[in-house]
Amino acid sequence: MQVIPVTDVSRGFGSTSRRDTWWVAPLAVFLGLGTFVVYSTWAAFQNAHYTFGPYLSPFYAPVLWASPDYPAGLEHAWFGAKPAWFPALVPFSPALLILPFPGLFRFTCYYYRGAYYKAFWADPPSCAVGEPRKSYWGENSFPLILQNVHRYFLYIACIFLFLLSYDVWLATRWPDGNGGTTFGIGVGTLILALNVVLLTSYTLGCHAMRHIVGGFKDEVSKSAMCDGAYACSSALNYKHQLFAWLSLFTVGFCDLYVRLCSMGIWTDYRIL
Amino acid sequence: MAQATFRIWRTQPGGGGAFQDYQTEVSEGMVVLDAVHRVQAEQAPDLACRWNCKAGKCGSCSAEINGRPRLMCMTRLNSLNLNEPVTVEPMRTFPPIKDLVTDVSWNFRVKKTIRKITPRPPDAPDGTYRFAQRDADRVQEFRKCIECFLCQDVCHVLRDHREFNEFIGPRFLIYNAQLEMNPIDTADRLQDLKDKHGIGYCNITKCCTKVCPEHIHITDNGIIPLKERVVSRFYDPVTRLLHMLK
Repeated sequence: MQVIPVTDVSRGFGSTSRRDTWWVAPLAVFLGLGTFVVYSTWAAFQNAHYTFGPYLSPFYAPVLWASPDYPAGLEHAWFGAKPAWFPALVPFSPALLILPFPGLFRFTCYYYRGAYYKAFWADPPSCAVGEPRKSYWGENSFPLILQNVHRYFLYIACIFLFLLSYDVWLATRWPDGNGGTTFGIGVGTLILALNVVLLTSYTLGCHAMRHIVGGFKDEVSKSAMCDGAYACSSALNYKHQLFAWLSLFTVGFCDLYVRLCSMGIWTDYRIL
Repeated sequence: MAQATFRIWRTQPGGGGAFQDYQTEVSEGMVVLDAVHRVQAEQAPDLACRWNCKAGKCGSCSAEINGRPRLMCMTRLNSLNLNEPVTVEPMRTFPPIKDLVTDVSWNFRVKKTIRKITPRPPDAPDGTYRFAQRDADRVQEFRKCIECFLCQDVCHVLRDHREFNEFIGPRFLIYNAQLEMNPIDTADRLQDLKDKHGIGYCNITKCCTKVCPEHIHITDNGIIPLKERVVSRFYDPVTRLLHMLK
């Protein structure tokens, strides 16, 4: 391709002829994602108040190891107390072992990429609005070429869907007073269940999922299974942005709910 | 009749250009192209603008109206605030020729670099093919493109970073998708997409989708599926191995 000599139009940062409030959407994304990142990081380092009754915060699920000084967490831990070999200088919290995986799934998600490139890196700040820098590599070279690993974080995210679904089942098992458990539903159970529904809608509508289940074929219809899966994934994909935000909100709210109930600030009402 | 002011970009003989205000009468049902034509007829007969069908199907009258890339013939005046001047300027990504007319010939040269459709042998003795309608629908969406080049205009890789040598832009990624996903096509464009056509430069800001007058889901249905195919071929070790063993 040959470049046509052009009259270079000077376009400084933020320069545009747009009259609308183009800065609202990137600002909302900046505040929304920024709030979530700050809250989730804070919550991950707390290493306490992540369980309440049969509920377990999704930030901490699954609990591989728990701190010995938080007995409620030990009840959920797969492998018991924090192992002795864990380096003393590294801050320990069950969430720090878990959160990077769903975090990187969202970080490499096609929707979030477009959103945070605009909101956090102003690349561009908004459509047809001038950028702050001249150089550009896109996702063509290091480091952003690493975004292509997205589908592997999708596989891990699918495992988390099963684990969180199991946690919803556990959230229906309440102590019966005789050392056993009985079926019950609290407000927290419903919130945790809603979270799994929205996370599933977000994950299964992921662009990489859409490709893997059938989009890679030119004639998807030739395989009934691929055809059905592709149609379902596509249907969810049309609302991918909506599910991305709703699931981000509910996963954070689940942690907040469990945390405030555990701290005695909120009361969890039993429905059944 | 109501009056409205149109702030139209006029190129200057020595190069560059400037906005010039024109006040003209407007009435119900008018679009921006009508107003530009009225200015042309009554006040500025040398005002250059490209247009043809006036129905949003020829893709000729692309411009930036109040800073947003749009077709002049599909922008109704009642969708704009006429209490302040309406700015009308040419697509800023392409070299100006005169006033609202730009040189979009780079696009036609880029199109020639894309591998042509290579059909498989016909499925029936009469030379026809058999494939499901929904597989055809997938690429039919991309065939709605009217080549207005608004997506090219708004794409920041071309508009701000001027990567004309490295990146073909959303229009031609969609054209690639139209051919690559065609049920009867056998050509392989993934190497070109990665190396020559710079699909990695797209950072999915979806501006192209937002300005498309044909409402093609450029990013979700075209560019990202192509990116995923490129990932499968070149970056995913498992699928790459499977491809090599085929």
